Amino acid sequence: MSRSIFKRLMAESRTRDAITIVVALLVIWEICVLLFSPSPMILPPPTAIFAEFWSTPWVFIRHSGYTLAVTAMGFGIAVALGIILAVAIVYSRFLERTIYTLLVALNSIPKVALAPLFVIWLGTGTEPKVSVAVMLAIFPIVIDTVLGLRSVDPDMLSLARVSKASAWQVLFKIRFPCALPSLFAGMKVAVSFALVGAIVGEFVAGGSGLGFQILVAQGQFDTPRVFVSLLLLSIMGTVLFYLVDFAERVFLPWHVSQRPHVAAAGG
Amino acid sequence: MDARTNSQSYVTISRVGKVYPSPRGDVTALADIDLDIRDGEFVSVVGPSGCGKSTLLKCVAGLEGVSSGQISVRSAPVKGPPDRLGVVFQRDVLLDWRTILDNVLLSAEFLGLKRAQVEGRALELLKRFGLGGFENRHPWELSGGMRQRASICRALLCDPELLLMDEPFGALDAMTRDDLNVELTRIWQDSAHGQRKTVLFITHSIIEAVYLSDRVVMMSRAPGRIVDVIDIDIPRPRPLSVRETPRFGELTGKIRHHFAELGILKE
Repeated sequence: MSRSIFKRLMAESRTRDAITIVVALLVIWEICVLLFSPSPMILPPPTAIFAEFWSTPWVFIRHSGYTLAVTAMGFGIAVALGIILAVAIVYSRFLERTIYTLLVALNSIPKVALAPLFVIWLGTGTEPKVSVAVMLAIFPIVIDTVLGLRSVDPDMLSLARVSKASAWQVLFKIRFPCALPSLFAGMKVAVSFALVGAIVGEFVAGGSGLGFQILVAQGQFDTPRVFVSLLLLSIMGTVLFYLVDFAERVFLPWHVSQRPHVAAAGG
Repeated sequence: MDARTNSQSYVTISRVGKVYPSPRGDVTALADIDLDIRDGEFVSVVGPSGCGKSTLLKCVAGLEGVSSGQISVRSAPVKGPPDRLGVVFQRDVLLDWRTILDNVLLSAEFLGLKRAQVEGRALELLKRFGLGGFENRHPWELSGGMRQRASICRALLCDPELLLMDEPFGALDAMTRDDLNVELTRIWQDSAHGQRKTVLFITHSIIEAVYLSDRVVMMSRAPGRIVDVIDIDIPRPRPLSVRETPRFGELTGKIRHHFAELGILKE
Protein backbone atom coordinates (compact mmCIF):
# COMPACT_ATOMS: atom_id res chain seq x y z
CA MET A 1 0.00 0.00 0.00
CA SER A 2 3.04 2.28 -0.19
CA ARG A 3 2.34 3.20 -3.78
CA SER A 4 0.26 6.32 -4.24
CA ILE A 5 -3.19 6.05 -5.80
CA PHE A 6 -1.92 8.02 -8.78
CA LYS A 7 0.84 5.49 -9.42
CA ARG A 8 -1.62 2.63 -9.10
CA LEU A 9 -3.97 4.28 -11.57
CA MET A 10 -1.13 4.84 -14.00
CA ALA A 11 -0.10 1.23 -13.68
CA GLU A 12 -3.45 0.24 -15.18
CA SER A 13 -3.18 0.25 -18.95
CA ARG A 14 -6.81 1.41 -19.13
CA THR A 15 -5.96 4.69 -17.40
CA ARG A 16 -2.90 5.22 -19.57
CA ASP A 17 -4.90 4.60 -22.74
CA ALA A 18 -7.64 6.98 -21.65
CA ILE A 19 -5.15 9.76 -20.90
CA THR A 20 -3.40 9.21 -24.22
CA ILE A 21 -6.69 9.55 -26.10
CA VAL A 22 -7.72 12.71 -24.25
CA VAL A 23 -4.32 14.35 -24.86
CA ALA A 24 -4.41 13.33 -28.53
CA LEU A 25 -7.89 14.84 -28.95
CA LEU A 26 -6.78 18.10 -27.32
CA VAL A 27 -3.77 18.29 -29.65
CA ILE A 28 -5.96 17.67 -32.73
CA TRP A 29 -8.40 20.30 -31.48
CA GLU A 30 -5.55 22.84 -31.04
CA ILE A 31 -4.19 22.11 -34.53
CA CYS A 32 -7.65 22.44 -36.12
CA VAL A 33 -8.20 25.83 -34.48
CA LEU A 34 -4.74 26.96 -35.70
CA LEU A 35 -5.45 25.74 -39.24
CA PHE A 36 -9.02 26.95 -39.70
CA SER A 37 -9.00 29.84 -37.18
CA PRO A 38 -12.72 29.90 -36.31
CA SER A 39 -14.06 32.80 -34.24
CA PRO A 40 -12.96 32.29 -30.60
CA MET A 41 -16.63 32.77 -29.69
CA ILE A 42 -17.49 29.58 -31.61
CA LEU A 43 -14.53 27.38 -30.73
CA PRO A 44 -11.63 28.56 -28.58
CA PRO A 45 -8.42 26.46 -28.66
CA PRO A 46 -7.65 24.28 -25.61
CA THR A 47 -4.74 26.58 -24.67
CA ALA A 48 -7.18 29.52 -24.38
CA ILE A 49 -9.48 27.36 -22.22
CA PHE A 50 -6.62 26.45 -19.85
CA ALA A 51 -5.54 30.12 -19.77
CA GLU A 52 -9.09 31.08 -18.82
CA PHE A 53 -9.01 28.60 -15.94
CA TRP A 54 -5.63 29.90 -14.71
CA SER A 55 -6.88 33.52 -14.78
CA THR A 56 -9.38 32.80 -11.96
CA PRO A 57 -8.73 29.27 -10.68
CA TRP A 58 -10.34 29.77 -7.28
CA VAL A 59 -13.63 30.98 -8.76
CA PHE A 60 -13.88 27.77 -10.78
CA ILE A 61 -12.82 25.61 -7.84
CA ARG A 62 -15.40 27.24 -5.55
CA HIS A 63 -18.22 26.71 -8.07
CA SER A 64 -17.05 23.14 -8.70
CA GLY A 65 -17.09 22.54 -4.95
CA TYR A 66 -20.67 23.74 -4.73
CA THR A 67 -21.84 21.51 -7.58
CA LEU A 68 -19.91 18.60 -6.12
CA ALA A 69 -21.55 19.12 -2.72
CA VAL A 70 -25.04 19.26 -4.25
CA THR A 71 -24.30 16.12 -6.29
CA ALA A 72 -22.92 14.23 -3.31
CA MET A 73 -25.86 15.18 -1.10
CA GLY A 74 -28.38 14.29 -3.78
CA PHE A 75 -26.62 10.99 -4.46
CA GLY A 76 -26.35 10.11 -0.75
CA ILE A 77 -30.01 10.82 -0.08
CA ALA A 78 -31.02 8.91 -3.22
CA VAL A 79 -29.02 5.84 -2.13
CA ALA A 80 -30.40 5.82 1.42
CA LEU A 81 -33.99 6.51 0.40
CA GLY A 82 -33.75 4.19 -2.62
CA ILE A 83 -32.60 1.22 -0.55
CA ILE A 84 -35.35 1.73 2.04
CA LEU A 85 -37.97 2.01 -0.71
CA ALA A 86 -36.64 -1.08 -2.48
CA VAL A 87 -36.75 -3.18 0.70
CA ALA A 88 -40.29 -1.96 1.42
CA ILE A 89 -41.37 -2.79 -2.14
CA VAL A 90 -39.89 -6.30 -2.01
CA TYR A 91 -41.47 -7.10 1.35
CA SER A 92 -44.94 -5.65 0.80
CA ARG A 93 -47.28 -6.64 -2.00
CA PHE A 94 -49.32 -3.52 -1.28
CA LEU A 95 -46.33 -1.19 -1.61
CA GLU A 96 -45.21 -3.04 -4.69
CA ARG A 97 -48.55 -2.43 -6.38
CA THR A 98 -48.73 1.22 -5.26
CA ILE A 99 -45.27 2.83 -4.87
CA TYR A 100 -43.47 0.69 -7.42
CA THR A 101 -46.10 1.25 -10.08
CA LEU A 102 -46.11 4.96 -9.29
CA LEU A 103 -42.32 5.14 -9.49
CA VAL A 104 -42.26 3.41 -12.86
CA ALA A 105 -44.94 5.81 -14.13
CA LEU A 106 -43.05 8.83 -12.74
CA ASN A 107 -39.85 7.62 -14.34
CA SER A 108 -41.38 7.98 -17.79
CA ILE A 109 -42.03 11.73 -17.48
CA PRO A 110 -39.15 14.05 -18.31
CA LYS A 111 -38.10 14.88 -14.76
CA VAL A 112 -35.91 17.79 -15.81
CA ALA A 113 -39.15 19.60 -16.69
CA LEU A 114 -40.17 19.37 -13.03
CA ALA A 115 -37.18 21.41 -11.84
CA PRO A 116 -38.99 24.79 -11.96
CA LEU A 117 -41.67 23.33 -9.66
CA PHE A 118 -39.05 22.65 -7.01
CA VAL A 119 -37.97 26.30 -7.18
CA ILE A 120 -41.57 27.37 -6.51
CA TRP A 121 -41.82 24.91 -3.63
CA LEU A 122 -38.39 25.24 -2.05
CA GLY A 123 -37.02 28.62 -3.17
CA THR A 124 -33.69 29.34 -4.80
CA GLY A 125 -31.33 27.91 -2.19
CA THR A 126 -29.54 24.56 -2.16
CA GLU A 127 -32.64 22.47 -1.32
CA PRO A 128 -34.31 22.55 -4.77
CA LYS A 129 -31.01 21.60 -6.45
CA VAL A 130 -30.47 18.66 -4.12
CA SER A 131 -34.10 17.64 -4.66
CA VAL A 132 -33.71 17.58 -8.44
CA ALA A 133 -30.52 15.51 -8.03
CA VAL A 134 -32.34 13.05 -5.71
CA MET A 135 -35.30 12.82 -8.08
CA LEU A 136 -33.06 11.90 -11.01
CA ALA A 137 -30.77 9.54 -9.09
CA ILE A 138 -33.31 7.55 -7.12
CA PHE A 139 -34.93 5.64 -9.98
CA PRO A 140 -31.99 3.50 -11.04
CA ILE A 141 -31.25 2.77 -7.36
CA VAL A 142 -34.78 1.58 -6.54
CA ILE A 143 -35.28 -0.39 -9.73
CA ASP A 144 -31.89 -2.15 -9.59
CA THR A 145 -32.08 -2.85 -5.85
CA VAL A 146 -35.56 -4.37 -6.17
CA LEU A 147 -34.21 -6.59 -8.93
CA GLY A 148 -31.23 -7.58 -6.78
CA LEU A 149 -33.28 -8.35 -3.68
CA ARG A 150 -35.46 -10.62 -5.79
CA SER A 151 -32.57 -12.44 -7.42
CA VAL A 152 -31.98 -14.71 -4.41
CA ASP A 153 -31.93 -18.42 -5.20
CA PRO A 154 -35.27 -19.88 -3.99
CA ASP A 155 -33.38 -22.90 -2.61
CA MET A 156 -31.38 -20.52 -0.41
CA LEU A 157 -34.63 -19.12 0.98
CA SER A 158 -35.90 -22.68 1.59
CA LEU A 159 -32.70 -23.40 3.49
CA ALA A 160 -33.23 -20.29 5.61
CA ARG A 161 -36.77 -21.44 6.39
CA VAL A 162 -35.56 -24.89 7.42
CA SER A 163 -33.04 -23.20 9.76
CA LYS A 164 -35.86 -21.03 11.17
CA ALA A 165 -34.20 -17.78 10.06
CA SER A 166 -36.08 -14.61 11.00
CA ALA A 167 -37.18 -12.10 8.36
CA TRP A 168 -34.41 -9.72 9.47
CA GLN A 169 -31.78 -12.43 9.22
CA VAL A 170 -32.95 -13.29 5.71
CA LEU A 171 -32.80 -9.60 4.76
CA PHE A 172 -29.38 -8.81 6.23
CA LYS A 173 -27.57 -12.11 5.79
CA ILE A 174 -28.97 -13.23 2.46
CA ARG A 175 -31.06 -10.80 0.45
CA PHE A 176 -29.11 -7.60 0.98
CA PRO A 177 -25.61 -8.95 0.25
CA CYS A 178 -27.13 -10.72 -2.74
CA ALA A 179 -28.53 -7.38 -3.99
CA LEU A 180 -25.24 -5.48 -3.61
CA PRO A 181 -23.97 -6.09 -7.17
CA SER A 182 -27.26 -4.73 -8.58
CA LEU A 183 -27.19 -1.85 -6.11
CA PHE A 184 -23.73 -0.86 -7.32
CA ALA A 185 -24.86 -1.10 -10.95
CA GLY A 186 -27.70 1.28 -10.07
CA MET A 187 -25.32 3.57 -8.17
CA LYS A 188 -23.02 3.91 -11.16
CA VAL A 189 -25.93 5.19 -13.25
CA ALA A 190 -27.30 7.26 -10.36
CA VAL A 191 -24.09 9.18 -9.66
CA SER A 192 -24.07 10.62 -13.18
CA PHE A 193 -27.79 11.38 -12.91
CA ALA A 194 -27.21 13.23 -9.63
CA LEU A 195 -24.66 15.45 -11.38
CA VAL A 196 -27.14 16.15 -14.20
CA GLY A 197 -29.76 16.99 -11.55
CA ALA A 198 -27.42 19.40 -9.77
CA ILE A 199 -26.63 21.24 -13.03
CA VAL A 200 -30.31 21.42 -14.02
CA GLY A 201 -31.12 22.79 -10.55
CA GLU A 202 -28.44 25.46 -10.98
CA PHE A 203 -29.71 26.32 -14.45
CA VAL A 204 -33.22 26.95 -13.19
CA ALA A 205 -32.37 29.10 -10.20
CA GLY A 206 -28.92 29.66 -8.89
CA GLY A 207 -26.21 31.87 -7.56
CA SER A 208 -23.40 29.36 -7.50
CA GLY A 209 -22.23 26.14 -9.09
CA LEU A 210 -20.86 25.22 -12.48
CA GLY A 211 -24.38 25.26 -13.99
CA PHE A 212 -24.76 28.86 -12.89
CA GLN A 213 -21.24 29.60 -14.25
CA ILE A 214 -22.23 28.24 -17.66
CA LEU A 215 -25.43 30.30 -17.69
CA VAL A 216 -23.60 33.55 -16.83
CA ALA A 217 -20.78 32.93 -19.31
CA GLN A 218 -23.34 32.15 -22.00
CA GLY A 219 -25.05 35.51 -21.33
CA GLN A 220 -21.72 37.26 -21.86
CA PHE A 221 -20.82 35.14 -24.92
CA ASP A 222 -17.73 34.10 -22.98
CA THR A 223 -17.22 30.76 -24.73
CA PRO A 224 -13.88 29.88 -23.05
CA ARG A 225 -15.56 30.10 -19.60
CA VAL A 226 -18.37 27.79 -20.81
CA PHE A 227 -15.73 25.32 -21.98
CA VAL A 228 -13.81 25.48 -18.69
CA SER A 229 -17.02 24.64 -16.80
CA LEU A 230 -17.85 21.82 -19.19
CA LEU A 231 -14.36 20.39 -18.84
CA LEU A 232 -14.57 20.53 -15.04
CA LEU A 233 -17.98 18.85 -15.18
CA SER A 234 -16.71 16.01 -17.29
CA ILE A 235 -13.73 15.50 -14.96
CA MET A 236 -16.10 15.53 -11.97
CA GLY A 237 -18.46 13.03 -13.61
CA THR A 238 -15.62 10.67 -14.49
CA VAL A 239 -14.07 10.82 -11.01
CA LEU A 240 -17.44 10.22 -9.33
CA PHE A 241 -18.12 7.22 -11.55
CA TYR A 242 -14.76 5.67 -10.78
CA LEU A 243 -15.19 6.35 -7.07
CA VAL A 244 -18.33 4.18 -7.11
CA ASP A 245 -16.44 1.64 -9.20
CA PHE A 246 -13.64 1.66 -6.63
CA ALA A 247 -16.12 1.24 -3.75
CA GLU A 248 -17.61 -1.73 -5.61
CA ARG A 249 -14.22 -3.44 -5.78
CA VAL A 250 -13.67 -2.82 -2.07
CA PHE A 251 -17.07 -4.10 -0.97
CA LEU A 252 -17.60 -6.90 -3.47
CA PRO A 253 -14.30 -8.71 -3.78
CA TRP A 254 -16.34 -11.92 -4.06
CA HIS A 255 -18.37 -10.89 -7.08
CA VAL A 256 -17.86 -12.61 -10.45
CA SER A 257 -16.76 -9.38 -12.13
CA GLN A 258 -14.02 -8.76 -9.54
CA ARG A 259 -12.50 -12.19 -9.16
CA PRO A 260 -8.90 -12.82 -9.93
CA HIS A 261 -8.55 -15.66 -12.38
CA VAL A 262 -8.14 -18.60 -10.06
CA ALA A 263 -8.07 -22.20 -11.07
CA ALA A 264 -10.62 -24.12 -9.02
CA ALA A 265 -8.99 -26.57 -6.69
CA GLY A 266 -9.47 -30.19 -7.69
CA GLY A 267 -11.68 -32.67 -5.89
CA MET B 1 -30.72 -55.35 6.22
CA ASP B 2 -29.31 -54.27 9.54
CA ALA B 3 -31.06 -55.61 12.58
CA ARG B 4 -32.44 -52.56 14.29
CA THR B 5 -33.20 -52.15 17.91
CA ASN B 6 -35.13 -49.08 17.06
CA SER B 7 -37.43 -49.61 14.12
CA GLN B 8 -40.23 -47.24 14.91
CA SER B 9 -41.47 -44.98 12.17
CA TYR B 10 -39.74 -41.58 11.97
CA VAL B 11 -41.54 -40.15 8.95
CA THR B 12 -45.07 -41.26 8.18
CA ILE B 13 -46.54 -40.28 4.85
CA SER B 14 -50.15 -41.37 4.53
CA ARG B 15 -52.38 -40.99 1.50
CA VAL B 16 -50.63 -37.78 0.50
CA GLY B 17 -51.71 -35.95 -2.62
CA LYS B 18 -50.42 -32.67 -4.02
CA VAL B 19 -52.26 -30.67 -6.67
CA TYR B 20 -50.97 -27.48 -8.25
CA PRO B 21 -53.70 -25.24 -9.58
CA SER B 22 -52.89 -23.93 -13.06
CA PRO B 23 -54.87 -21.93 -15.62
CA ARG B 24 -54.96 -24.96 -17.93
CA GLY B 25 -56.43 -27.24 -15.30
CA ASP B 26 -55.01 -28.62 -12.09
CA VAL B 27 -51.74 -30.54 -12.21
CA THR B 28 -51.51 -33.55 -9.91
CA ALA B 29 -47.89 -33.81 -8.75
CA LEU B 30 -48.43 -36.52 -6.16
CA ALA B 31 -51.25 -39.04 -5.77
CA ASP B 32 -51.89 -41.41 -2.90
CA ILE B 33 -48.38 -41.58 -1.50
CA ASP B 34 -48.04 -44.01 1.40
CA LEU B 35 -44.60 -44.44 2.90
CA ASP B 36 -43.11 -45.04 6.33
CA ILE B 37 -39.47 -44.24 6.94
CA ARG B 38 -38.08 -45.92 10.05
CA ASP B 39 -35.79 -44.20 12.50
CA GLY B 40 -32.22 -44.43 11.20
CA GLU B 41 -33.24 -45.76 7.82
CA PHE B 42 -31.74 -44.67 4.50
CA VAL B 43 -34.51 -44.48 1.90
CA SER B 44 -34.00 -43.41 -1.69
CA VAL B 45 -36.71 -42.33 -4.07
CA VAL B 46 -35.91 -42.98 -7.69
CA GLY B 47 -38.00 -42.03 -10.68
CA PRO B 48 -38.03 -40.14 -13.98
CA SER B 49 -37.89 -36.33 -14.11
CA GLY B 50 -41.17 -34.73 -13.24
CA CYS B 51 -42.47 -37.66 -11.19
CA GLY B 52 -42.92 -35.41 -8.17
CA LYS B 53 -40.06 -36.80 -6.10
CA SER B 54 -38.74 -33.30 -5.32
CA THR B 55 -42.26 -32.20 -4.43
CA LEU B 56 -42.48 -35.10 -1.99
CA LEU B 57 -39.24 -33.98 -0.34
CA LYS B 58 -40.46 -30.38 -0.09
CA CYS B 59 -43.66 -31.58 1.57
CA VAL B 60 -41.72 -33.65 4.13
CA ALA B 61 -39.49 -30.59 4.77
CA GLY B 62 -42.61 -28.56 5.48
CA LEU B 63 -41.69 -26.14 2.69
CA GLU B 64 -44.89 -26.96 0.84
CA GLY B 65 -48.26 -27.99 2.16
CA VAL B 66 -49.99 -31.17 1.03
CA SER B 67 -53.36 -31.05 -0.76
CA SER B 68 -54.65 -34.21 0.86
CA GLY B 69 -53.49 -36.81 3.35
CA GLN B 70 -50.94 -36.19 6.07
CA ILE B 71 -47.21 -36.25 6.76
CA SER B 72 -45.95 -36.76 10.30
CA VAL B 73 -42.41 -36.48 11.58
CA ARG B 74 -41.81 -38.02 15.01
CA SER B 75 -45.62 -38.55 15.14
CA ALA B 76 -46.22 -34.79 14.91
CA PRO B 77 -48.06 -33.55 11.82
CA VAL B 78 -45.81 -31.42 9.58
CA LYS B 79 -46.80 -27.79 9.55
CA GLY B 80 -43.73 -25.92 8.44
CA PRO B 81 -40.15 -27.24 8.72
CA PRO B 82 -39.76 -29.74 11.60
CA ASP B 83 -36.98 -29.35 14.17
CA ARG B 84 -33.61 -31.07 13.73
CA LEU B 85 -33.87 -31.18 9.96
CA GLY B 86 -31.03 -30.89 7.46
CA VAL B 87 -31.58 -30.29 3.76
CA VAL B 88 -29.22 -30.59 0.79
CA PHE B 89 -30.30 -29.43 -2.66
CA GLN B 90 -28.97 -30.24 -6.11
CA ARG B 91 -27.35 -26.82 -6.28
CA ASP B 92 -25.09 -26.14 -3.32
CA VAL B 93 -26.50 -22.60 -2.77
CA LEU B 94 -23.41 -21.45 -0.90
CA LEU B 95 -23.18 -17.70 -0.33
CA ASP B 96 -20.35 -16.30 -2.44
CA TRP B 97 -19.40 -13.58 0.02
CA ARG B 98 -18.82 -15.99 2.91
CA THR B 99 -15.91 -18.32 3.41
CA ILE B 100 -16.58 -22.06 3.41
CA LEU B 101 -16.48 -22.10 7.24
CA ASP B 102 -18.90 -19.16 7.48
CA ASN B 103 -21.20 -20.88 5.01
CA VAL B 104 -21.22 -24.03 7.11
CA LEU B 105 -21.95 -21.95 10.21
CA LEU B 106 -24.91 -20.18 8.58
CA SER B 107 -27.67 -22.44 9.93
CA ALA B 108 -26.21 -22.18 13.45
CA GLU B 109 -26.31 -18.39 13.13
CA PHE B 110 -29.95 -18.57 12.14
CA LEU B 111 -30.70 -20.78 15.11
CA GLY B 112 -28.99 -18.23 17.37
CA LEU B 113 -26.13 -20.52 18.49
CA LYS B 114 -22.87 -18.95 19.61
CA ARG B 115 -20.04 -19.27 17.12
CA ALA B 116 -17.65 -20.64 19.72
CA GLN B 117 -20.12 -23.46 20.43
CA VAL B 118 -20.21 -24.80 16.89
CA GLU B 119 -16.98 -23.71 15.20
CA GLY B 120 -15.04 -26.72 16.42
CA ARG B 121 -17.69 -29.08 15.14
CA ALA B 122 -17.80 -27.26 11.79
CA LEU B 123 -14.05 -27.60 11.33
CA GLU B 124 -14.20 -31.28 12.27
CA LEU B 125 -16.99 -31.89 9.75
CA LEU B 126 -15.04 -30.10 7.02
CA LYS B 127 -12.03 -32.23 7.83
CA ARG B 128 -14.06 -35.44 7.68
CA PHE B 129 -15.34 -34.44 4.25
CA GLY B 130 -11.85 -33.73 2.95
CA LEU B 131 -12.16 -29.97 3.16
CA GLY B 132 -9.59 -29.46 5.94
CA GLY B 133 -7.50 -26.43 5.05
CA PHE B 134 -10.17 -25.02 2.76
CA GLU B 135 -12.27 -23.42 5.51
CA ASN B 136 -11.08 -19.90 4.69
CA ARG B 137 -11.54 -20.21 0.95
CA HIS B 138 -14.56 -18.81 -0.84
CA PRO B 139 -17.04 -21.06 -2.65
CA TRP B 140 -15.98 -19.77 -6.08
CA GLU B 141 -12.44 -20.97 -5.46
CA LEU B 142 -13.64 -24.58 -5.10
CA SER B 143 -14.75 -27.25 -7.55
CA GLY B 144 -18.36 -28.42 -7.78
CA GLY B 145 -17.67 -31.55 -5.75
CA MET B 146 -16.00 -29.62 -2.94
CA ARG B 147 -18.81 -27.08 -2.89
CA GLN B 148 -21.39 -29.86 -2.55
CA ARG B 149 -19.32 -31.41 0.27
CA ALA B 150 -19.43 -28.04 2.04
CA SER B 151 -23.20 -27.85 1.61
CA ILE B 152 -23.53 -31.34 3.18
CA CYS B 153 -21.39 -30.13 6.11
CA ARG B 154 -23.74 -27.17 6.47
CA ALA B 155 -26.74 -29.51 6.61
CA LEU B 156 -25.02 -31.75 9.18
CA LEU B 157 -23.72 -28.96 11.45
CA CYS B 158 -26.64 -28.82 13.85
CA ASP B 159 -26.72 -32.62 14.09
CA PRO B 160 -30.07 -33.19 12.39
CA GLU B 161 -32.05 -36.38 13.00
CA LEU B 162 -33.64 -36.21 9.57
CA LEU B 163 -31.62 -35.50 6.45
CA LEU B 164 -33.43 -34.68 3.21
CA MET B 165 -31.31 -34.76 0.07
CA ASP B 166 -32.74 -33.62 -3.26
CA GLU B 167 -30.53 -35.04 -6.03
CA PRO B 168 -27.46 -33.73 -4.24
CA PHE B 169 -24.99 -35.31 -6.65
CA GLY B 170 -27.04 -34.82 -9.82
CA ALA B 171 -24.88 -32.00 -11.15
CA LEU B 172 -21.53 -33.69 -10.49
CA ASP B 173 -19.37 -35.74 -12.81
CA ALA B 174 -19.46 -39.53 -12.42
CA MET B 175 -16.16 -39.91 -10.53
CA THR B 176 -16.89 -37.15 -8.03
CA ARG B 177 -20.30 -38.69 -7.59
CA ASP B 178 -18.82 -42.10 -6.75
CA ASP B 179 -16.49 -40.42 -4.26
CA LEU B 180 -19.32 -38.65 -2.53
CA ASN B 181 -21.48 -41.78 -2.47
CA VAL B 182 -18.71 -43.59 -0.60
CA GLU B 183 -18.17 -40.69 1.79
CA LEU B 184 -21.86 -40.29 2.49
CA THR B 185 -22.35 -43.98 3.36
CA ARG B 186 -19.21 -43.95 5.48
CA ILE B 187 -20.35 -40.93 7.49
CA TRP B 188 -23.88 -42.27 7.81
CA GLN B 189 -22.64 -45.69 8.99
CA ASP B 190 -19.99 -44.34 11.36
CA SER B 191 -22.55 -42.80 13.63
CA ALA B 192 -23.24 -44.97 16.66
CA HIS B 193 -25.99 -47.55 16.30
CA GLY B 194 -29.38 -46.10 17.06
CA GLN B 195 -28.07 -42.61 16.35
CA ARG B 196 -27.97 -42.96 12.63
CA LYS B 197 -29.69 -40.20 10.77
CA THR B 198 -32.90 -40.94 8.97
CA VAL B 199 -32.27 -40.07 5.33
CA LEU B 200 -34.66 -39.44 2.47
CA PHE B 201 -32.56 -39.31 -0.67
CA ILE B 202 -33.96 -38.26 -4.05
CA THR B 203 -32.11 -39.38 -7.18
CA HIS B 204 -32.67 -40.47 -10.74
CA SER B 205 -29.74 -42.85 -10.68
CA ILE B 206 -30.78 -46.44 -9.96
CA ILE B 207 -27.18 -47.45 -9.17
CA GLU B 208 -26.80 -44.63 -6.67
CA ALA B 209 -30.13 -45.47 -5.03
CA VAL B 210 -29.27 -49.19 -4.62
CA TYR B 211 -25.74 -48.48 -3.42
CA LEU B 212 -26.79 -46.03 -0.71
CA SER B 213 -30.10 -47.30 0.57
CA ASP B 214 -31.84 -49.72 2.86
CA ARG B 215 -34.93 -49.37 0.70
CA VAL B 216 -35.54 -47.93 -2.74
CA VAL B 217 -38.90 -46.35 -3.54
CA MET B 218 -39.82 -46.37 -7.24
CA MET B 219 -42.04 -43.58 -8.48
CA SER B 220 -43.75 -43.07 -11.80
CA ARG B 221 -44.95 -39.85 -13.25
CA ALA B 222 -48.21 -38.10 -14.13
CA PRO B 223 -49.44 -38.27 -11.47
CA GLY B 224 -46.51 -39.08 -9.20
CA ARG B 225 -47.23 -42.32 -7.38
CA ILE B 226 -45.26 -45.09 -5.75
CA VAL B 227 -45.08 -48.16 -7.98
CA ASP B 228 -42.85 -50.36 -5.84
CA VAL B 229 -40.64 -50.40 -2.76
CA ILE B 230 -37.59 -52.64 -2.91
CA ASP B 231 -35.57 -53.83 0.09
CA ILE B 232 -31.83 -53.67 -0.50
CA ASP B 233 -30.40 -56.61 1.41
CA ILE B 234 -26.76 -56.00 0.56
CA PRO B 235 -24.76 -56.07 3.82
CA ARG B 236 -22.93 -53.02 5.04
CA PRO B 237 -20.29 -51.67 5.01
CA ARG B 238 -20.48 -51.52 1.25
CA PRO B 239 -17.26 -50.84 -0.63
CA LEU B 240 -17.66 -49.36 -4.09
CA SER B 241 -16.83 -52.80 -5.53
CA VAL B 242 -20.15 -54.08 -4.17
CA ARG B 243 -21.58 -52.67 -7.39
CA GLU B 244 -19.86 -55.48 -9.33
CA THR B 245 -21.47 -58.27 -7.29
CA PRO B 246 -24.26 -60.39 -8.81
CA ARG B 247 -26.72 -59.37 -6.07
CA PHE B 248 -26.19 -55.68 -6.88
CA GLY B 249 -26.76 -56.37 -10.56
CA GLU B 250 -29.91 -58.35 -9.75
CA LEU B 251 -31.38 -55.49 -7.72
CA THR B 252 -30.59 -52.74 -10.22
CA GLY B 253 -31.80 -55.01 -13.00
CA LYS B 254 -35.06 -55.65 -11.18
CA ILE B 255 -35.69 -51.90 -10.82
CA ARG B 256 -34.74 -51.21 -14.41
CA HIS B 257 -37.06 -53.97 -15.69
CA HIS B 258 -39.87 -52.65 -13.61
CA PHE B 259 -39.43 -49.12 -15.03
CA ALA B 260 -39.23 -50.64 -18.52
CA GLU B 261 -42.52 -52.47 -18.01
CA LEU B 262 -44.09 -49.17 -17.06
CA GLY B 263 -42.78 -47.64 -20.29
CA ILE B 264 -40.52 -45.27 -18.38
CA LEU B 265 -37.28 -46.85 -19.49
CA LYS B 266 -36.55 -48.41 -22.86
CA GLU B 267 -34.61 -51.65 -22.94
